[in-house]
Amino acid sequence: MTTSSNFSLWSVARHVLLIAGAIAMLLPFIWMISTASKPPSEIFSSELHLIPRQFALWDNLQTAFAKANLWRFLLNGVIVTVSIFVLQVLVALPAAYALAKLRFIGRNALFALVLFGLLIPPQATAIPVFLLLHKLGILDSYAAMVLPFTISVFGIFLMRQFFRNVPDDLVDAARMDGISEFGIVWRVMLPAAIPAVTAFGIFSVVAHWNDYFWPLIVLNSEHLRTPPLAVAHFRNAEAGTNYGALMAAAMVIIAPLLVAFLLAQRRFVEGIALTGIK
Amino acid sequence: MSDNAAAIGGIIAHPAARKEATPRRSRVSLTPYGLVAPALTLMAMMLFGPLIGVIALSFTDYQLGAPSLSWIGLGNYHEMFADRVFWIAVRNTLVYVGIVVPGAVTAGLLVALLIQSGTSLRGLYRTIYFLPVMATLIAMAVVWEFMLHPQFGLVNGLLREVGIAGPSWLQDRGTALYALCAIGIWQAAGFNMILFLAGLVSIPKQLYEAAEMDGASSAVARFRLVTWPLLRPVTTFVVVISGIRSFQVFDTVHVLTKGGPSKSSEVLIHTMYTEGFEFFRSGYGAALTVVFLGFILILTLVKARLADRGAQYA
Repeated sequence: MTTSSNFSLWSVARHVLLIAGAIAMLLPFIWMISTASKPPSEIFSSELHLIPRQFALWDNLQTAFAKANLWRFLLNGVIVTVSIFVLQVLVALPAAYALAKLRFIGRNALFALVLFGLLIPPQATAIPVFLLLHKLGILDSYAAMVLPFTISVFGIFLMRQFFRNVPDDLVDAARMDGISEFGIVWRVMLPAAIPAVTAFGIFSVVAHWNDYFWPLIVLNSEHLRTPPLAVAHFRNAEAGTNYGALMAAAMVIIAPLLVAFLLAQRRFVEGIALTGIK
Repeated sequence: MSDNAAAIGGIIAHPAARKEATPRRSRVSLTPYGLVAPALTLMAMMLFGPLIGVIALSFTDYQLGAPSLSWIGLGNYHEMFADRVFWIAVRNTLVYVGIVVPGAVTAGLLVALLIQSGTSLRGLYRTIYFLPVMATLIAMAVVWEFMLHPQFGLVNGLLREVGIAGPSWLQDRGTALYALCAIGIWQAAGFNMILFLAGLVSIPKQLYEAAEMDGASSAVARFRLVTWPLLRPVTTFVVVISGIRSFQVFDTVHVLTKGGPSKSSEVLIHTMYTEGFEFFRSGYGAALTVVFLGFILILTLVKARLADRGAQYA
């Protein structure tokens, strides 16, 4: 990096190494698309080739959509992730506002509980929450998939940190205008916190769109399956007989998030990096 | 996140805005409790109640659907410690964590350093390496399964080209766990890269110039003198985060191997799932959960200690 010849040499080496790594990262995606585009005769052949001789992507997609109700599963994914996110915001924002801007007895204790809650991994509470949902008689429903996640201590924590930096003058001015505390949450704080809410939304939607553990536990009915469950069932049902359609189904399942990611990369990286804080 | 940090910094610069809103406090007195009530109720129902519940349950013989339960003290723990499968699961989980954490942390660090060492195509590389983090793991696990197919898979096909007969990766008890580790590293490396990139960006440029003036002319010397020490808090943080996430490994195991063949890829959360949700032995599953929580607790304590030490440096 000290001299220019050194610099260009290093620059070439940097790209060679990064491209080698990038190929390793992309290989599963390339192989998925390649296999989804091949007819069975080319898939079940020991001779390697990436570009299909006979392009069969359309056939495989049709088979995938015929064998599994993929539209329904995608819709389920949207219903579950959106419901979770909306309810998380409805529950977390008022609490975060109270923790950040109001004085009341027990505030510090409550915030300590929030911090403690951050440490509890979701698998730890699975058995009792399952028993609770069983008692309530709501297993195998959208409610069973949504209810346990309506509370996000991480969401409360994140919004509370953000709200602390909203000037008190803004809150006082709203009070002068006669807006209630509840109104302040939605009409003053929410608009001020859109960047934080967006980051949290991406974090939440990605986590629950990709979640496999919880839907696996609480679901039985086929029509309620979320995308990850759908892929797993498709794989078990096909038992290695129709890889083309299976890869096509996998493509369909990962497409919505990947497209959204490619369109708004910065926001996504920010949202996912939040997992690190958690 | 940089946007937020900038916004936060800008607002903190106005200390006048800090004073609490005191007037009309009497009017607000009950409102805070109304605002936190839904969150508090749900926290009790879905988080702290179940946490206490899982510990209590681990001392009972409860099975889902059983009319009653009785307190059996350490009975579940005695059964667990005498069970060969439990010890295999613990060992496999530790092997998984022991391979995936160093693998994914090193890969993430190297990629971040390489990306940051030049200026061209930074965004493109970052996107590519981040893709596995975004893609639904279950779908990609199914893709990996076909890549590792003994006969028609890409991996063995490539090995055949160079004259090596590859094993039946996921169906071979000698390789199944390591194949799952490889998938784990592939998936986690990009996430760690993002955290390292954030850490690298925050290192002041002047330090590199100062090091160069002090005679650290090679890139390696500058890495040892500046990058590595300043990146240490980030590194320990990434190690602990990766550790906690690796301890939770379940998805790939459940879809690809079900812990087999002959328990060679059985891991803790998978055992807990099988006992708790397939055999509905809630009490025994709870005891397994408590062991899992113990491991997470150790990692959390390590993180807290390291965070304290990091704060001293800063």
